[in-house]
Amino acid sequence: MDTEKNNKKPEVWNWFDHPQNIRRLKIGFYIVLVLLVLPDLFMHKHTLFSSVEAWPGFYAFFGFVACVVIILVSKLLGFALKKPEDYYDR
Amino acid sequence: MIASLHPSLLFFVGAALLWLLPLIGRRILILVVPAAAFLVITQLDSGTFGAYQMFGFDLNLLRVDRLSKAFGYVFTINAFACFLFALHLKGRYEHTAALAYIGAALGAVFAGDLISLYLFWEVMAITSTFLVLARRTERAYGAAFRYVMVHIFGGLCLLAGILLQVNATGSVAFEGFSLHGMPTYLILIGFLVNAAAPPMNAWLSDAYPEATVTGGVIMTAYTTKTAVYTLIRGFAGWEILMVVGCTMAIYGIIWAILENDMRRILAYSIMNQVGFMICGIGIGTAMALNGAVAHAFAHIIYKALLWMSAGAVLYMVGKSKCTDLGGLYKTMPLTMIFGTIGALAISSFPFLSGYTTKPMIIEAGVHEGFFWVWLILEIASAGVFLHAGIKFPYFVFFAKDNGLRPGEPPRHMLVAMAFLAFVCIFLGVYPQPLYDILPFGAVDFHAYTFEHTLNQFQLLMFSALAFFLLLPLLKRTETISIDTDWVYRKGGRLFVTACDRFFNGLNDFGDRVFVQQLPAALTRFFSDPARSIQQHGARLLAEATGDEQPLAKRQTEIEHRTKHLAYPIGASVFLAVVFLAVMSLLFFL
Repeated sequence: MDTEKNNKKPEVWNWFDHPQNIRRLKIGFYIVLVLLVLPDLFMHKHTLFSSVEAWPGFYAFFGFVACVVIILVSKLLGFALKKPEDYYDR
Repeated sequence: MIASLHPSLLFFVGAALLWLLPLIGRRILILVVPAAAFLVITQLDSGTFGAYQMFGFDLNLLRVDRLSKAFGYVFTINAFACFLFALHLKGRYEHTAALAYIGAALGAVFAGDLISLYLFWEVMAITSTFLVLARRTERAYGAAFRYVMVHIFGGLCLLAGILLQVNATGSVAFEGFSLHGMPTYLILIGFLVNAAAPPMNAWLSDAYPEATVTGGVIMTAYTTKTAVYTLIRGFAGWEILMVVGCTMAIYGIIWAILENDMRRILAYSIMNQVGFMICGIGIGTAMALNGAVAHAFAHIIYKALLWMSAGAVLYMVGKSKCTDLGGLYKTMPLTMIFGTIGALAISSFPFLSGYTTKPMIIEAGVHEGFFWVWLILEIASAGVFLHAGIKFPYFVFFAKDNGLRPGEPPRHMLVAMAFLAFVCIFLGVYPQPLYDILPFGAVDFHAYTFEHTLNQFQLLMFSALAFFLLLPLLKRTETISIDTDWVYRKGGRLFVTACDRFFNGLNDFGDRVFVQQLPAALTRFFSDPARSIQQHGARLLAEATGDEQPLAKRQTEIEHRTKHLAYPIGASVFLAVVFLAVMSLLFFL
């Protein structure tokens, strides 16, 4: 598992092949995640429809759950929709 | 003169001039035409020009207002970048089709009435087909055929709608439609076919990925965004469009996640992004419409950038399936960077162009209190990052190294990508010039509040977390996903097979019974009706009495009698009397 985030320009071209770099990226990524949620604890947030939105980390939670749901739904749909590549040629 | 020069004219003249010029001249021409058209559009005065008469109507080829100008700007800017990207092409064929196609798209945007719009609309459909045909593969021919058929269907809906509309109102004006009825519904369907709204969406993901490297880049901008323009012009505030838009936004994501072909992933993300715009049109407030225009503007730029990076990969490697790609950052770092900028821009990553435009639409929905619109568009925003923002660059440039070492594409491609990447960043950091050209009033929208930016970062980064945690579920497979084109690709064949079975079966049955068996039976019967009747009667009698012993004897007797005409006199007389009685009865009745 690797992330290209924050590393638009690899210094060496096979930078992502080194496991310790991937580990650094991962740690950096998790630190960023924590830093993003942290301010929520100290600031007053506006809400649009429901007070739930003011909970710390609401958008983080929302994004995560939305993506998990999307992935699971498409995975399930995939069982019905995915066909071999020559499906239309047969 | 220049204040009323039609920008399409430059493209059409350019398309003709291409056939006279040598290679170097053609290369200059394709860059000069869009640049000149951009300058012309900046100089156009508001109003209607180019009046002509047709079918007894006063028509206008050129209607200039802030809305048509905004689309004109981005169409020509994008055309410049696309032709820069396509500079290596030596043939005339593709450039001619591209110039005519873009000219027609501009013509549709600047058309002052429904009939002019229709004319350009059809030219657009036909010329763009050649960009698919130019790939010269069997699959491309099939896709191009389906593409043009679907667009002819959409065009005919539009034409029927326009004719009914003209008949009902006596006017060819193309303004906001207020009447809900058959004419406007047909026009709406015609527009929505070009916008790739389900169920007429599959032409996009079918044809664009089969187009040539450069044709694909060019096509992404014009057909769907012309449809967005016409929807803004004609159907702003039609609530059904909110439903259509939300459906498209989600639909595009799910199918993009299932897809393996990189350009097909990007094709589905067009659908997803156009969904945002159409939703904005459905909301219909000034802010939502401004958001739709701004998002169309930003979208054309970053989508072309994404298609260019995918096109550069296809051009260098000759492969477009994610399962064949991967690890390309090692030798194509610049392409990877530009592609990633496009991918982050489409995900509306702060400081890139998507972030200063898309949230306008969502915020306009919130202002109107549409909870479901907000919910679905936020889910879709997270999903965009998933399928286009991470999945595309990850599987193409990173992921599993497939040992491909192609090197960077030609320099003019890199320059074109750099130019569009610059526009993405520019509009993300300093969107004011874009806000200034928006047609529906001053923009009261501030993307960069601390809270809003923080929320967006949270949404996107935790989407990324979900992607990497669920990566095993997203493993690419060598499959295609069936879409609504199944109906005419497989369903059409099934229909033919079913018809073949049913009607040819019916035909066979009719042939067997009425042509072969029945006449044969009748011939047998009428060859000697008297004997046949008697033999049949004898057989019935025998069956009725159960006494079948004398049957064979009686049959030969009848046979013998008829052959020698040896009937007893009494029987003949009796029959004659019976027939006479029947006849006289018939006569008197």
